[in-house]
Amino acid sequence: MSDEDLLRVEDLHVAFSTRRGPVEALRGINLAVRPGETLGIVGESGSGKSVTAFAATRLLDRAGRITRGRILFRGQDIARASAEDVRALNGAAISMIFQNPRAALNPIRTVGLQIADALRAHEAMPTREARARALGLLKSVLIRDPEARLDAYPHELSGGMCQRVMIAMAIACEPALLIADEPTTGLDVTTQKTVMDLIARIITERGMAMILITHDLGLAARYCGRIAVMQDGLVVEEATPGALFSRPQHPYTARLVAASPTPTSTIADIVADRPRVAHAPCPAAVRHRPSPGTPPLLEVQGLTKRFGDAAAVDDVSFALKAGESLGLVGESGSGKSTTSRMICRLLDPSAGDILYDGEAIGGIPARAFHHSPHRRDIQIVFQDPNDSLNPRFSAYDCIAQPVRRLAGLRAEPLRARVLESAERAGLSSGLLDRFPHQLSGGQKARVGIARAIAVRPRLLVLDEPTAALDVSVQAVILDLLDTLRREDDLAFLFVSHDLNVVRMMCERTIVMQNGRVIEEGPSRALFESPRSAYTRELVAAIQHFAPDGAAGERGPQAASAA
Amino acid sequence: MSSIPVEGVGRAREGGAGGMLRHAVWMLRENPLTAVAASGAMALCLIALLAPWLAPYDPLASNVERALQPPSARHWAGTDQLGRDLLSRIIAATRLDLAIALSAVSLSFVVGAVIGAACGYAGGPLDRSVGRFVDVLMAFPLFVLAMAMVAALGNRVENIVIATALINLPFYIRFARAEVNVRRNAGWVEAARAGGESHLAIVLRYLLPNILPAMAVQISLNLGWAILNAAGLSFIGLGVRPPTPEWGILVAEGARFITTGKWWLVAFPGLALMMTVLCFNLLGDGLRDILDPRMRT
Repeated sequence: MSDEDLLRVEDLHVAFSTRRGPVEALRGINLAVRPGETLGIVGESGSGKSVTAFAATRLLDRAGRITRGRILFRGQDIARASAEDVRALNGAAISMIFQNPRAALNPIRTVGLQIADALRAHEAMPTREARARALGLLKSVLIRDPEARLDAYPHELSGGMCQRVMIAMAIACEPALLIADEPTTGLDVTTQKTVMDLIARIITERGMAMILITHDLGLAARYCGRIAVMQDGLVVEEATPGALFSRPQHPYTARLVAASPTPTSTIADIVADRPRVAHAPCPAAVRHRPSPGTPPLLEVQGLTKRFGDAAAVDDVSFALKAGESLGLVGESGSGKSTTSRMICRLLDPSAGDILYDGEAIGGIPARAFHHSPHRRDIQIVFQDPNDSLNPRFSAYDCIAQPVRRLAGLRAEPLRARVLESAERAGLSSGLLDRFPHQLSGGQKARVGIARAIAVRPRLLVLDEPTAALDVSVQAVILDLLDTLRREDDLAFLFVSHDLNVVRMMCERTIVMQNGRVIEEGPSRALFESPRSAYTRELVAAIQHFAPDGAAGERGPQAASAA
Repeated sequence: MSSIPVEGVGRAREGGAGGMLRHAVWMLRENPLTAVAASGAMALCLIALLAPWLAPYDPLASNVERALQPPSARHWAGTDQLGRDLLSRIIAATRLDLAIALSAVSLSFVVGAVIGAACGYAGGPLDRSVGRFVDVLMAFPLFVLAMAMVAALGNRVENIVIATALINLPFYIRFARAEVNVRRNAGWVEAARAGGESHLAIVLRYLLPNILPAMAVQISLNLGWAILNAAGLSFIGLGVRPPTPEWGILVAEGARFITTGKWWLVAFPGLALMMTVLCFNLLGDGLRDILDPRMRT
């Protein structure tokens, strides 16, 4: 709109050539970033938000091509610049932070050398000076013990530290524009917050502009001055966070805002236009009242798992009643997944008891558990729908196989059971002939759920069932799970790092850290008034946006070292 | 059912057997080299099957009057020292060579894939002991090992097949082991365990079909290699015995006359051998693309 724009994207079209002809990933988008401004680009997978970033840095892969439009950086058209000009711009004037820092770092070079490489790519300098500058950069990204980290290899650093190294490399040549593509997606919530605070602080200090690409509305609301919402290769709405969340203009934005869990939302809230009469939203805490005196469905006593000398799970005890939903919360390395795998009997505990319906099943080795009559009672829904379906089985076979094995059904009864489960999981029967790669992420998640419920289990372990899904799909899947639980009186062990989701789905929650149970209690009380310092830290780290327009506390505070 | 119609939009795709065929056709059209290799392989199989009808002369009938004639309209590839038609002998040899290669490779594939997959899945002592056995086997010069086996067991076709299969075995075991090993902790394998599948079923019904595309490449490359190996054994006199037509023997017999300028005796069997091996090597890469369901969209 004016000459003062640092980056201006005008009517940008990008097409990818596929075997079914060209596919338009961007269909004419307009964006502008002024110096020192932070623009958020929000959208779900396939919306074209990452393609926008790759086009702006000319990093599109070979199949992708800019077919129309201009990308003006300080008046220079990047879309038409020569490869040399682009190389001079990348890193020195525009730099990127990628989603997976560990994959973006060279595993066989020390981080100090890699930062020095970034420096020397645009400016010749002696080794000693490059090393000194690299050290300075590591200090500015607040890495602990920077002198020692300079000679460390990427595998010796945590995910958060790797991302700090990436940030150091990105700011090495003092670029005017930083493009951050999902910079914190793979990180734990508490690390996410410190890393984002750090990025925000650095760009403020150095007067840099930033494009923050994310699927997380809360994150965008907190760190961006303006947010552009993308859908199917178009920018459907652009506004300040406050306006966007209180008065979304476009129906897609409205749906997206509604589907994002907030500290107060219920399952009914996030599923936008579901007929509310059918399932009156009832508060999680009063939903289930088991009669006193019934023994718990699952009881875990002193469960321990050691790998070598390190205890991944250390003396964990809890109980779960029939039809109850228990949340298991913690960051990576807290032992929550290991615990859930032991309870599913896919992994053998080192010590402790697992009692199912009063019967000790912990002693049955995991490798023989498929013979146990309880195999069908305890089922699991896996985290990554892409990885949990056999690529060589059709959706029908994925669901049918456990039914054949565990329920012993054949022929017509088998078919009826598969169709019924698929229907309950919201999977239309036309999709059952497809192979996993022909299904979308949400559809694959539904196959995974249909497979788990098809054998009519009593305990369902859900290992981050929605972590890999877009927020609107997540909302629908959560609603589905909640409905299934109520209809079948299923008990849930819901493993997640997302506190908002756990609060909505579970009556009680267990917080784990370093393999131990830190805190346990009714979900609402636990999140409203956490007793332990760690839970308080977790709760504080969730990026909130309040739908009424007050977009959390605006502006980042001083970052603290991770 | 869902209120948010973002998933499953515009994803209508075909699956099943029709999709497989269409995919194969598409792949062949995109990769002309694969198409050439595939038609070559098909032609070879046809020649092998129809050899007795295709050959213009009896491959064993000698005619001393017509010995050592260069290629002509009557004898396209010339004749050998006994006046046998070389083209007929090459065609007849195709059947034997392909049969040896196919049975040797099938044998080592089936045995190797099952042993390798079992090791990769189970790990532990089984994996370690089989691994060391394979290491020992691979420490031998493989061709010398095959020679020794045929020499010890006797110059028969079955023994050539067994020897060729055995020296191929380590590669299949290692390959299957590595491919299964990276998949044994995949989500869908754990899901199969949660679905009550026995270990045998997981290896046979889940893991093996998934490593098949990668192994198809190995099989195709190996076919060429097995043919070379069988021809090599015959060449040094440890394979099929004359007068049975076999490419290796044809080359060996022709080699005696090469100094006297009777080039066709070596050139044509050698060319047949080379084209066949090249054909299977080219086919290997194409096969992987066709068999991998993820390439089929």
